[in-house]
Amino acid sequence: MKITRTKAFKVFSNPIWERNPISGQILGICSALAVTVQLKTAIVMGLALTFVLACSNLSISLMRKLIPRNIRIIVELTIIATLVIFADQVLKAFLYDISKQLSVFVGLIITNCIILARAETYALGNPPLLSLLDGIGNGLGYSQILITVAVLRELLGAGKLFGFQVIPNFFYAAGYENMGFMVLAPGAFIAIGFIVWLQKTVSKE
Amino acid sequence: MENLISIFLNSVFVGNILLAYFLGMCSFLAISSNMEPAVGLGFAVTFVLSITTPINWLVYHYLLAPGALTWVGLPSVDLSFLKFIIFIAVIAGIVQALEMIIDRYSPPLYMALGVFLPLIAVNCAILGTSLFMVERDYNFMESVVFGASSGMGWMLAIVTMAGIRKKLRYADVPEGLEGFGISMIVTGLMAMAFMLFSGITL
Repeated sequence: MKITRTKAFKVFSNPIWERNPISGQILGICSALAVTVQLKTAIVMGLALTFVLACSNLSISLMRKLIPRNIRIIVELTIIATLVIFADQVLKAFLYDISKQLSVFVGLIITNCIILARAETYALGNPPLLSLLDGIGNGLGYSQILITVAVLRELLGAGKLFGFQVIPNFFYAAGYENMGFMVLAPGAFIAIGFIVWLQKTVSKE
Repeated sequence: MENLISIFLNSVFVGNILLAYFLGMCSFLAISSNMEPAVGLGFAVTFVLSITTPINWLVYHYLLAPGALTWVGLPSVDLSFLKFIIFIAVIAGIVQALEMIIDRYSPPLYMALGVFLPLIAVNCAILGTSLFMVERDYNFMESVVFGASSGMGWMLAIVTMAGIRKKLRYADVPEGLEGFGISMIVTGLMAMAFMLFSGITL
């Protein structure tokens, strides 16, 4: 059997494009927009979320037969919050500048609906390994959108990528101007609207 | 006093928690397709925010902040890294308690808000407001005003959106853009309109 046909591969790859958590399942949009002014912060946020999502899916799946049904939300939130504290402390220790820029949005991973939704709909009913793959896949799907939006916003808004000037100076000399609009909040909303449009049109064909 | 009014205006219009900080988007998109539930959820969020923000202020400044435990004789303890887990526990607890109290004393209000209350515990606007309150170093009165006015700002946004989406049903939206895509673009246009308030300073 080819690797692309196995169930594990499907679980991993589906959320990256077709059932993408942001554009397909409409989850976790809050943080997706706020951290995408720069590519750097978007990548760090994507990694932090993928880490938390993978670990929470794994640990919830390991405990799925022990968690009593009626207090499961509290148990899940406790696990997620612990992982988020861990991620936040690591960021503060090693990437202090970026952690300052992300400000409250690392903490808001706790209430990011992707994590709770994957825990509820997937990890509670599937074995640990598949849940781990599902977590990583969804995390990467989320990062993919984040990075696309961030590239658009940083490139059009500031003419930079990773903080380096990308658009050459003679463009500016010829009258090109940065779109200040893309850096502001409305730019993010509209950019994501167009990305969803593109994705839906492409995947239909 | 002027300070409080400026916080109020800022969090309702310019720094609208939804349109400028993107908090509470999930329930915003899910609930805004009809007017009535949108108003209900708006009231519920305002209500919960006005209670949880000041309580989290007290919790933070008397239990978690660096040096906050001086009153029990532990001046060098810094528990602020625990704020995420404690805040979410406080919010979930208050929402649960509110649900029971409202059910006991005001059945009509419970009928109106009841469905939305459990949803609110995981609404990022609630946790986000508490975290902003810590980050911006508000004092107690400021955090009361900030909580209530953030809730009002959120409600204003969701009710406006519900109104727009009602009209949108009759619009001819390009294929692939209907639903989520167009909602985001409309929200973007709304955010642009709200930014016009940024000229107001007190």
